[in-house]
Parts: sequence; structure tokens; C-alpha cells
Amino acid sequence: MNSVGSAAGSVRPLDLCRRGDQVRVLKIGGGWGIRQRLNQMGIHEGDPLVVRCSALLGGPRLIEIHGTDVALSRCMARHILVETAPK
Amino acid sequence: MSVHTDHMAETERTRKRPFTVAFIGQPNCGKSTLFNEVAGYRSVSSNFPGATVSYTEGQVRILGRTIQLVDLPGIYSLTPMDPAGRETQRFLLDRGADVLVNVMDASVLSRSLELTLQLLELDIPVVLCLNMMDEAVRKGIRIDSGALSRLLGVPVVETVATRGKGIRALFGEALKVRKRQSTGRPLSRSLDVERVIADLESDLRERKFSPLPVSDRLMAVKLLEGDPDFEGILVGRTGSLPPSVVKSRKRLERSHGKPADAVISSERHAIAMQTAESCSRMGKPSVRWQDRLDDVLLHNAWGYLFLALILGVFFISVLRFGTWLEKPMTTALENRVTAWFGTGTPDSLTSALFKSAVYGFGGGLTVVIPFLVPFLFGLSFLEDSGYLPRAAFLADTFMHRIGLHGTTLIPVLLGYGCNVPAVMATRILGSPRDRFLATVVAVLVPCSARMTVIFGLAGAALGSFAAVSVYLLNLLVVTTSGWALSRLLPEPTPGMLMEIPPFRRPRLEILLKKTWFRLKDFIVIAWPLLIAGSAVLGLMDHYGWTGTVNRVLRPLTALLDLPAALGVVLVYGLLRKELTMLMLFQVLGTQNASDAMTAVQILSFTVFVVFYLPCLGTIGAMIREIGFRRTFWVSLFCLVLSVCLAAGVRLISFLV
Repeated sequence: MNSVGSAAGSVRPLDLCRRGDQVRVLKIGGGWGIRQRLNQMGIHEGDPLVVRCSALLGGPRLIEIHGTDVALSRCMARHILVETAPK
Repeated sequence: MSVHTDHMAETERTRKRPFTVAFIGQPNCGKSTLFNEVAGYRSVSSNFPGATVSYTEGQVRILGRTIQLVDLPGIYSLTPMDPAGRETQRFLLDRGADVLVNVMDASVLSRSLELTLQLLELDIPVVLCLNMMDEAVRKGIRIDSGALSRLLGVPVVETVATRGKGIRALFGEALKVRKRQSTGRPLSRSLDVERVIADLESDLRERKFSPLPVSDRLMAVKLLEGDPDFEGILVGRTGSLPPSVVKSRKRLERSHGKPADAVISSERHAIAMQTAESCSRMGKPSVRWQDRLDDVLLHNAWGYLFLALILGVFFISVLRFGTWLEKPMTTALENRVTAWFGTGTPDSLTSALFKSAVYGFGGGLTVVIPFLVPFLFGLSFLEDSGYLPRAAFLADTFMHRIGLHGTTLIPVLLGYGCNVPAVMATRILGSPRDRFLATVVAVLVPCSARMTVIFGLAGAALGSFAAVSVYLLNLLVVTTSGWALSRLLPEPTPGMLMEIPPFRRPRLEILLKKTWFRLKDFIVIAWPLLIAGSAVLGLMDHYGWTGTVNRVLRPLTALLDLPAALGVVLVYGLLRKELTMLMLFQVLGTQNASDAMTAVQILSFTVFVVFYLPCLGTIGAMIREIGFRRTFWVSLFCLVLSVCLAAGVRLISFLV
């Protein structure tokens, strides 16, 4: 298991990211269904994305990926492992 | 369509079947807008993904040809993850089209191409329709459609559906590809993946299945992806999956170090990105003020304030506008009826019948229309602006707490318009459990018919405070029921995953057409029913039959302390909820309920009507979506709930 933290450069699940974080997808966990759903929305390993908003109290996140905005719940975000994108 | 039909019958049918063109594409790329532009307003278009959940067909004459046009629900991939997408998949597998028009959101070219690549593998003539070109230009994206066309081997037409641009050219190309039967060329993946696909393809061919509904290539790809529907086609033929499928998946897994479906989809993703890159240039996007709106509307504090404000302003202005229109109209109607028939009960059968019919007609005109028109217009505005998915995003935080999906908010908000499309809209949810919960919640939401009862009865007789209280009580009940049900059906749900479209300026013309489209439903179904129902009531009254119905329902009306004469009124509510109020006016012989009922009676009647059995149309939709048994239980639940709540209103009035 990768270390989890919010410091820059570290690997962390997407649900721990903050507003404005620019990251790259490292790995998509979960089973067939989750993988399919995320892939179909254009979220694949290696893709860069920006966290635009994160709602209150562990609510959903809004990310910008390939020019579209996608809302995903915290449990969905938890399956996406990201790292800070190199500038 | 059976796949075993012999060849002769097949060609016979193709000859008789009109030339079919299907619009297919990812959600919210403008398929319905395009369809309506060609076929007239028939398919509700909105600005949120999943607005179309079942397909709409229409015959159009264009360029001198009769074309059967089909508007399919949006899908991100040929492996749909929700029932709306499955409709599209089933259409392709069972019925098919002569030409597919792949509608794409040009401003999201790369992701749109992921579906296109799969469609090319279907081996059916395809035309690409680069829609929303205006948005792409604004985002600074320049697409070389000629290059895209050469690369994929299919014609590409640029369109702006909202302004009707490029539509003739689109159909011109559709006719050409049909004549040439040109199917484009699937792009090849990396060599080792291609080899696995080719091996599986040839293995499928050797097994000599009776003709598959799709090309062998797409079949092989989908089997590697583990698509359960395509697996089902083979299992249906032979009883089990050929061992080569599992072996091929293992091969991919071993060589790439990740599951076979991930290998296939990331390859497709890479090809789509390369294709998009080679055919488009990124310039400087122009930022509109609408793009900054999300900073406020999705803000952690401001966002909720605006949500409350927007919905509050919406409902209050509908109430105000409706009351303003209703008052003079009702008075005018009363005067007219008195002038024609005098006061008191008419003695001859014809005049009894006629008076009731006039009441029915007038009730529809003066009470329903004033509230319905502004409501439907406002709802269309919310839908087309793109605010609904944002409201769902904000609500997800809280809805998640009570065990519901944020996306549930979309059917729920649509439910305020009419429960029937709301129940259908639950198809945008993936899991059956979420769909069931959303159905129950959506059915409890007071639709526009019940809104006219709340506003026209409680609001008119007791003031707007009473009307708002009924809405708040409803909100409380909806939330509590959602919470309780999700506790009863504990099951982890994957949660929300939804595209949030950009804000778009709603076009007045479309808003009016959409309002009219939905109003037509009232005018052609409910209004005649209202007039006929009213006349039947007059007839029953004349012969004294209403008494029997009222006696049967007396235990219920007595429990709620309602006048016995209202028994028959409640039966009418099963047809349409507006009827309860209009028939109530008729039974009481006045358009002003407070003349004949106490405030408590009016309130408990309103509460009862808001919650009791769903109307027949909704019950029909529920049976289709969640099955007969569950529909029965939900209906029973509503009935028990309404009796308890209405009795509760009475009880509280004793205490206060």
C-alpha cells in the first residue's frame, strides 16, 4: 500500500486532494464496474486532472479532466490513486 | 428480431422497413436538440446528461426521402452502465439502423471519439456529426474535420443543432453512405493487442455461431472487455463461454500487467487522444462569465444559499403568478355559470350534464392552467440552463447522509413537474437498489397536478403560508422515507459519477416549445377526462348514485373528518390529481372551498391528496420500471402514510 498524505509530490487517493490540486492518475482500483464507469467518463491511468471543488462534509468532488467537469462521490474518488503532477 | 430468420425473409423485411437513421452519441451532446430540429419538438431536450432515457422515433421527409429517425439515449460506451444506455444497446443489437449518425460534442472531441471507435467496429455505415461547433470554437479548439474524415474513413459534418446549422449536409451524407454502404475503418491498436483480438475473432468464426447481431471484431473486443451483455449472447447460444475467451483475457493480462478490460479501454483512450490531437489545434479559450458562475454556485456556503434562493424564488413566483391569474378568471367563470344556469341544482338531465361539463372545462382553464404554465416554463428554464446537475452535486452531501445518491435529485426535481417522467428518469441510476429508492422518493414528491391542489385549494383558501407548510411537510416526509428505506436496504452504492455540463443560455423558443409539449399532455389527456368526469359526476348526482360511492368510502372520510360527499372526489384523483380539487369544487357547488369546509378540513384534505395513491399514469410507469409487486407495496405505503398524516393534521388541530 502506498503512503497516504497530503504533502506535495506524495501519492494519495483522490478523495484526500484539496481544491486546486493538479494531479495525475496513477492507478484505478476497484472492480470491473467501477473501472468501466470511470474509464467511460474519460478517467484513465496517466491522465492529468485538476480538483475544482470539494463539497462539505465528505461530499462529492468536482474535477476537471480533458476539458470537462465531472462530479464524483467520495467513495468513487477513493478508488483513484493520484500523484502531484510535475509542473 | 430473431437472428435465426432465413435470408429471404430478412431482405423482404429490409425492403419494407423505411430507411432508418439513428442518432447515437454520448450523453448531453445534443442528439435530442438535433432530432427536434428535424422532426419537430417530440423528444424532450435538456442540459444535463441522461435527459433522454428511452428512444423517440419520428418519420421525416428530408431531401425528398422518407426517413425513420430515431433519437437514442446517450451512452459513453457500447458497454452501458445504466438502463438508459441499455435501451440504446438493445436497439443496436435487436433492431439496428441503416445509418448511424454519431453525434459528438466537438468541444470534448477526444472522449467522444472513444465511442466513435467502437461504432466503427460495428461495421454499419456511420456519419460523424461534430455538434456544438460553436462551443468548441469558444473553448479555442479548431478541428480539421477533413483530416478526421480521412483518418477514420467516414464523412464528418459540422453542425450547431441549436441554430439548425449543417443539418441538410448531415442528411445528404447519410444518404450517400447508405448508397455506398461505406463503413469506415476501425483504427488498429498496438500489435500484440490486435493479435489477441484477431485470434479470438477467428476462433469465434470457426465455432460457426449462427450470425451474431454484431461484427465478429466488436464481439471479440467486447468479450475481452468482459461485457456481460455480449457474454450473454454467446452463453445463450452454447450454454457457456468458449474457453478461448478466458484464455485471451489471460494473455492480455499477463503481457500488460492489468485486467484485460483496462488494457482494451486504455488502448482505445490512447488512440482517441492521438486522433483528437492530430486533427485539432488548441488555441486560447475565451472565458465567459457563465464559466465563473460555478465558483459561486458550487461554493461550500454560497452554493447552498443560492440553491435555497433559486428553488424558493421558483416556487413563490409560480404561486404568485398563478394566484394573480386565477382569481379574476374564477370569478368570471362563476358569474358566467350563474348567468347561464341560475343558482341551485338544475332539474333536467341535459342541463345537469351541461352545467357539470362547463364546470369541468372552466376548472381546467381557470385553476390548472394559471399554475401549470409558469411552473412548466420555470422547470424548463432550470433544465436547459444546466443548473439541475449542480443542484444534484450540492445535494449529494446531504443525500448521501440519508443513504441516497446525489443523482437521485434529478428524478426528484423532475417529479415536481410530473411523476411519470420522474419514474422513467431513475434509469440514469446504475444500481437497481438506488433506482427503487429514487422511484419511491420521486413518487412522494408533489407533481404539478398536486401543486395546483396545494396552491389552488390550501393556498387560495388558507393563504400562502399554508401552501408552503404543505411543501415543507412533504420535504420532511420525503427525507424521512428516503432515510428509513435506505436503512432497510443497506447496500453500499458506488455513489455519484456525473458529468457537469457547462451553463448554457436557454433559448426562449425552445423553452416555449417544451412548455407547450408538456402542457399538451394536460390539454389532450387530462382536460377531456376532466370534462367527461365532471359530466359523469353530474349524471351520477342526478340519479343519486354518488351516494353509494360515498357510503363505501365513508369510513375513510369520517376518519379524516371530511364531508361524506368527498368520497367520490378521491376516486377521481386516481385518474389525475387535479381532478380532486376540481371535483371538490363541483361537489361543494362553489369555487371557494372555505364556504363549505373548515380550515382544518381543507388542510387535511390537501395533505391526504398530496400523499395518497399515485395516479394511474404513475402506477403504469412504476410497474414498467420496478415491477408489479414493488409497485403494489409502494402504493400501499403511500396510502397508509397519507391516512396517518391527514389524521395527524386533525389531531394537531385538536391540541392547538
